[in-house]
Amino acid sequence: MVSTEQSCWFIRKVICWRAVASIAWAVLLLPPITLVFVIISKFSFLHPIQTISECLYLLTSASGIFSFILLCGVILIVGFLHLEYYTVIPTIACSKIALLGQLLHPRHFINSLVHCFMGVIVAWCCAVTMGLRYETLGYPCTESDGHPQMCLNEYHLILLLAGAFVGFSHSLLGVIYNMNYVSFHTVQQYKYLRFKRCLPLVVKCSATQALYSVRNYIVMYLFLGKCPFFMNKMLVAQPIHLLTALNNFFQIDYSVHPLDSIAGLLDLSLLYHLWSSATFLLLTWNITLLLFRIFVTEVYSFPVQSSFTEDSHQCLPKVLTEKQPMILKFLALQDLALLSQHSPSRRCEVFSLSQPGGHPHNWNAISKECLSLLTDLTQRLVAYHDTVATNGRAKSLSSGKDLMSPRPVFLMKTPASVFARSVAGTPQSPLTSLFTPDLDSPFASPALRRLTAPVDQCSPWYGTVQSPHIMRRAPKLWSTSTGEVEFQKSNISFSTHRSSNIQVLSNEVLPEASSQALFADSQAHIWALEGLSYLVQASFSEDQFGVVQTTLPSILSCMLVLQEAVDRHFKLPHASSKPVRSTSSMGDSTYKTLRFALRATLKTAIYRITTTFGDHLNAVQISAEHRKRLQQFLEYKE
Amino acid sequence: MCSLALFPPPLPSGQTTLCESNNELLSGASTEDRLKQESSPLSLHFPRESLKLHSRTESSSKAAFLDHSETLWMRSAAAWRDGGFTGLLNEITNSHTEVPKWLSMSSGCILALLRWVSSFHGSLFPHLTLSSEDMIAEFSQVLNWSDCVVRAFAWHPHTDKFAVALLDDSIKIYNPKSATTPTLKHRLQRSVAAVQWKPLCASALAVACQNCLLVWHVDPCSLSTRPSSGCAQVLSHPGHSPVTSIAWSPSGSLLLSASPMDSTMMVWDVAAESCVPLQRVGGGGVSFLSWSPDGSHVLASTPSALFRVWETRMWTCERWPCVKGRCQSGCWSPDGSRLLFTVQGEMVIYALTFTDAPGQLSHSGPQAAAVVADLSETTFSTPDGDIVVGGEIQSLVWDPRGERLAVLLKGDPQAADRPAIIAVFKTRANPIFELLPCGFVQGEAGAEPRLMQFHPNFQHGALLTVCWSNGRITHVPFYFVSAGVPHFGLSGSPLLPHPQQRPADFVNQSQHHHL
Repeated sequence: MVSTEQSCWFIRKVICWRAVASIAWAVLLLPPITLVFVIISKFSFLHPIQTISECLYLLTSASGIFSFILLCGVILIVGFLHLEYYTVIPTIACSKIALLGQLLHPRHFINSLVHCFMGVIVAWCCAVTMGLRYETLGYPCTESDGHPQMCLNEYHLILLLAGAFVGFSHSLLGVIYNMNYVSFHTVQQYKYLRFKRCLPLVVKCSATQALYSVRNYIVMYLFLGKCPFFMNKMLVAQPIHLLTALNNFFQIDYSVHPLDSIAGLLDLSLLYHLWSSATFLLLTWNITLLLFRIFVTEVYSFPVQSSFTEDSHQCLPKVLTEKQPMILKFLALQDLALLSQHSPSRRCEVFSLSQPGGHPHNWNAISKECLSLLTDLTQRLVAYHDTVATNGRAKSLSSGKDLMSPRPVFLMKTPASVFARSVAGTPQSPLTSLFTPDLDSPFASPALRRLTAPVDQCSPWYGTVQSPHIMRRAPKLWSTSTGEVEFQKSNISFSTHRSSNIQVLSNEVLPEASSQALFADSQAHIWALEGLSYLVQASFSEDQFGVVQTTLPSILSCMLVLQEAVDRHFKLPHASSKPVRSTSSMGDSTYKTLRFALRATLKTAIYRITTTFGDHLNAVQISAEHRKRLQQFLEYKE
Repeated sequence: MCSLALFPPPLPSGQTTLCESNNELLSGASTEDRLKQESSPLSLHFPRESLKLHSRTESSSKAAFLDHSETLWMRSAAAWRDGGFTGLLNEITNSHTEVPKWLSMSSGCILALLRWVSSFHGSLFPHLTLSSEDMIAEFSQVLNWSDCVVRAFAWHPHTDKFAVALLDDSIKIYNPKSATTPTLKHRLQRSVAAVQWKPLCASALAVACQNCLLVWHVDPCSLSTRPSSGCAQVLSHPGHSPVTSIAWSPSGSLLLSASPMDSTMMVWDVAAESCVPLQRVGGGGVSFLSWSPDGSHVLASTPSALFRVWETRMWTCERWPCVKGRCQSGCWSPDGSRLLFTVQGEMVIYALTFTDAPGQLSHSGPQAAAVVADLSETTFSTPDGDIVVGGEIQSLVWDPRGERLAVLLKGDPQAADRPAIIAVFKTRANPIFELLPCGFVQGEAGAEPRLMQFHPNFQHGALLTVCWSNGRITHVPFYFVSAGVPHFGLSGSPLLPHPQQRPADFVNQSQHHHL
């Protein structure tokens, strides 16, 4: 209970205010962006003065101000959604089906719907701003019999639907590219400079993303553009009075060129307006996201120790051990890494002894937490390696079995399937820890959740797509073995003969995704390594009481064991393949390279300790195997 | 203030500097010196004739193939790929027979407009009009880089191995403890301007090339003499070429790169292959970088009369406008508190003192630079005739203990009596910072120093490695007793007690011994 209270303290006092500040800045930036948009959408080369007067008129008109207030409301909601949905540990879908599961997750779906709705609102504001033919949903027209009526303005409709489409696709892409993932930077900069540096990129991203969205939207509208008209006709058929009234209100003027034809859509001015409003929409949202990221990842300086007991839960050693919220833990680790590098006075507090008693509580708590983080990663890597090693054998075994069995059995070849087996066998195996952070988060793919949980008969997945495989993949099936040559052959046939839809989805395991998932939260480990190694280095000259010396053997052996596990992991296929860089997306792909960063940091951390202590390390009590390994580092042969 | 007049006269021709011992530079005749040096495993000789140079450049290989006419689209695509927008415009303008007249006309106009704008830009920053080879030669720390056999040299910060970049664009790694000398070659490794080993790492070597930055991972235990190009990471950023200067952070986590063409300085996270551009208006590029050994500051000089000192905690910078020319070279004291630099067109060494503790934001930095040495031309009479020493400075290096400062003087290649020469100063920080004369380092007759670097952790004092114009690499040890504290390898940390903080009386005793 106490711990939740404390985490509330941080969320309430820091994160919320940071989010509020970021939203406030986003709202402040809205007027200039809107002004630019108004000028861009209204500009005509032939009448520049008229453009300016129109802009001025629009900005002072009631509808202009009202739509601006609406836009502010949208920004507020977007900012709130970021606060609600952000994560510091990305959710990595190991297969396409897991990704699909992520997309269809109710929470995401609600998010998409809200974005969709907000897209409509922004599009409406754009329509009001652009004026002319876009301004209203209906316009007066005369029927064939000369009776005056209101007709549906398809230009307005197409713009509103475009807003909905762009909003929806933005949120879908957000899930695919992990846009809610907030990454921390290795280079610290002031917020203003960071914003200034990122702004051109955001503009570029928004413009390109808008271009693609509008293209897709146009294609969709071309095929589905009849729908509004069908709806209209359906309304005619409905006997309800209200609807008929509505229907009577909006009549479609069929004499106008219909917009769902190729010729109708190839209207350059229409395309330009669609693109500019989509860019405007994405730009405002992306800037909100950018500001949120910048504000949330700002360094927070925790006190190392406090003289008042009521503040002790806000001190670094206490905060580090918190499990939730993750942002608190990450910021604490970041602060630890920075203080160990740059701040001699705060390091001195870390090495200090408690006043009555003379115990190095600060150092003990910090080193213990860092070591447990590193040990956790080591265990995870070892477990994964073991599973993959058995997977290679088991997979060929089972497929060999398939070939011989009269009825072919579908088998899912995702790494997740492997976990399912091991979980089914021993639910408390260390493997479950691999995905536990993801399970708590709402972004956890249902597939993964299903795999780590015991098979649930009531789950919607049961009995639909994969349940037969799970049932058939009982451990006894895997343990049977036959000749090896057959396995090779069968493997080939197994992978080539699949054509069913499910197989296409489940077979295409995204390469290296499991490796990425393994290191998804490695930023924490990187900081722990940096913090520990810098503190140990500083202890050489600053540690007056020798508090670090007692933990030096465990730190060294922990790092060496991790080094071994990481080395082994990088020998696996796909682990060392570099991910493709995607530059034109707002999604942060830092998590894709975290494993390389971890490997480099780990090596540097060990070298930092060996270089500082040199031959003194020979006096440290460690096992013979580790000493041998350490000797390699002392001789610079790693 | 120290001046060259206080120096002992240069050696007569035929004599070479061997070492410093008992506060005196010892010299020897060339022949016996050579014998002695041949026996040393680290002294190398790369005769120009032994290098296989590129007989023809890549562009001229086009002539060897038959002319093949491609469609306009293919050519345009190729031009877009090779030359970007201007290449495409060029292609369209040149193939005016195939494209509509208005298109070729308009592209010609745009091209002319672009050229006009770039010439305007070039008149602001004249260095932008140089070709990339000339630019590297202009801004490199190596004297006469384009004609140099050894183009770059780097000691490993912790061990006795070093990397040598040669005129034929290959890099060789020498390690006295290993029989293999790996040769690194890569398709993109051209016109190497600088190499540097990553601190706190055994294997990573960063190479500044014409178009990109390469980070080689050379396994020290591997027996391979030709590591494959798969061992190299390629780091490139559009517009960031040629790279003339690189600097690893002393903690080994970040790599900085600079190009005179690009006003942004890149901070690379090498493992993630991502970069953070740091941009400031003015200067027209970044030509030289030097990271202070304690990691707290970075000197970044620009091609115009301006240099910046970055503070590495939050990456903010101080602007330092120079009066006369650009900052040519600079070096940091081991504790990162003092920066020595030279300005093109001036014959003095300036010093800046940073008193702030590392980690705290500095707003109380120095107000003006102080002149600490005057290197204006001085005539010495030797048995061979008068020799004029002094003038502009090519580069400065300071040994890792902060006791010896080597200055490479440009000289005048046309005049025989004004040779390029290395002047070595003794430095002391207490009670006031001052430079004291030590002597000149000279090589064989006819060999000019081109490049020099101090060994990062020489146990008995300082070891200056000099690359000569005749392809020879020699090592000149300076034996002196430093502080009594043991040496812990490279002082990569600001925390370690630095050897130069020794009792002042001891300094006085050792330095006045022979005066």
